[in-house]
Amino acid sequence: MAENKVTLWYDFAKGLWDESPTFRQLLGMCPTLAVTNIAINGLAMGLATSFVLICSSVVVSMVRSLVPAGVRIPVYVVIIATFVTLADMFMAGNFPVISKALGPYVPLIVVNCIILGRAEAFASRNNVGRSFIDALGMGVGFSLALTVLGSVRELLGNGSVFGARILGSWFEPWVIMILPGGAFITLGLMIGGINMLRNRKKKPAPACEV
Amino acid sequence: MDLVLIFLSAAIVNNFVLSYFLGICPFLGVSNKIEKSVSMGAATTFVMVLAALATWLINNYILIPYNMGYLQYVSFIIVIASLVQFVEMFIRKASPALYRGLGIFLPLITTNCAILGLALFAALRQYNFIQTVVFAFAAGVGFTLALVIMAGIREELDRAPVPEAFKGAPITLIIAGLLALAFMGFAGLISG
Repeated sequence: MAENKVTLWYDFAKGLWDESPTFRQLLGMCPTLAVTNIAINGLAMGLATSFVLICSSVVVSMVRSLVPAGVRIPVYVVIIATFVTLADMFMAGNFPVISKALGPYVPLIVVNCIILGRAEAFASRNNVGRSFIDALGMGVGFSLALTVLGSVRELLGNGSVFGARILGSWFEPWVIMILPGGAFITLGLMIGGINMLRNRKKKPAPACEV
Repeated sequence: MDLVLIFLSAAIVNNFVLSYFLGICPFLGVSNKIEKSVSMGAATTFVMVLAALATWLINNYILIPYNMGYLQYVSFIIVIASLVQFVEMFIRKASPALYRGLGIFLPLITTNCAILGLALFAALRQYNFIQTVVFAFAAGVGFTLALVIMAGIREELDRAPVPEAFKGAPITLIIAGLLALAFMGFAGLISG
């Protein structure tokens, strides 16, 4: 029982740091870079992707014994595309402004490698419960990464976070941060920084176990 | 004139990789040797033009007349995935030499967001048939250009003393950022 809980917690938590889709696996780079010019867009994209990820993981896990191996990828893709259509219509109906800002990047969730990756690597081999938790962890990790990236870019490029002004009028916005170039550079520096943290933690060989 | 504008815009000013962020995965993964990048770029351009043709026909002759816009994403992705399969089988039969050059890249292309992105952009902007073909070709040329430039830089990068933590993806992303800045210089080419 206790062991079971540990596994479920691990299934969830690995998506946040150890196997963070954005910072460790470098999956789903297109939306990560494209929509994070302001924090709210990053968060919205993260939530939409999480929705699709969770729903399609659960469905893939449910049908995993029914689908012949030869046609599994097309089947997964159709499942994913269905949920993406749902998410797109929901956003267009309820949040038209954000939906317009994200534009074609919402339908592009279909080809987000995180989703197909989790369907293939996890949901097609595990039961519904574990697949749900795994997708939830990955979704939260992805949303978190996108929100952080969006916040940094909005803060430096516009002096605000989530539309709330943080830096005073003395601050000259770095326009580059909200342009495409800023996206690449910020993400590159963040991944490099995380690698540094990781290497520092690893280097002094642990004498006693943590 | 209109077509020239579409071409320049898609190939250089609004480069698919450097300003729309489409096709980043192969951009980060494959762009380490110039030769490989040229093959990958050629294969992608080829599939892009075919996919744009196929999705244009479906969108304008099936989805729009029968008012089935909600099936757009599902049908586009199925068409693209099966198209790539067919192209792979056809090339393997028709030209083994070409297959050796392009073949290994074809499966990768299905999950390249640049293809689906291209189809969606063309549908969104309501391009006509000729415009769609030019747009697709230009997007492919732009993708190849970005890939080859990046590969050239990365071949040199192997000899540069990059800090341990920044090796691989981080330094590639930062270089891509600088490239994107350089490409911004073309923005004045097309006004509006």
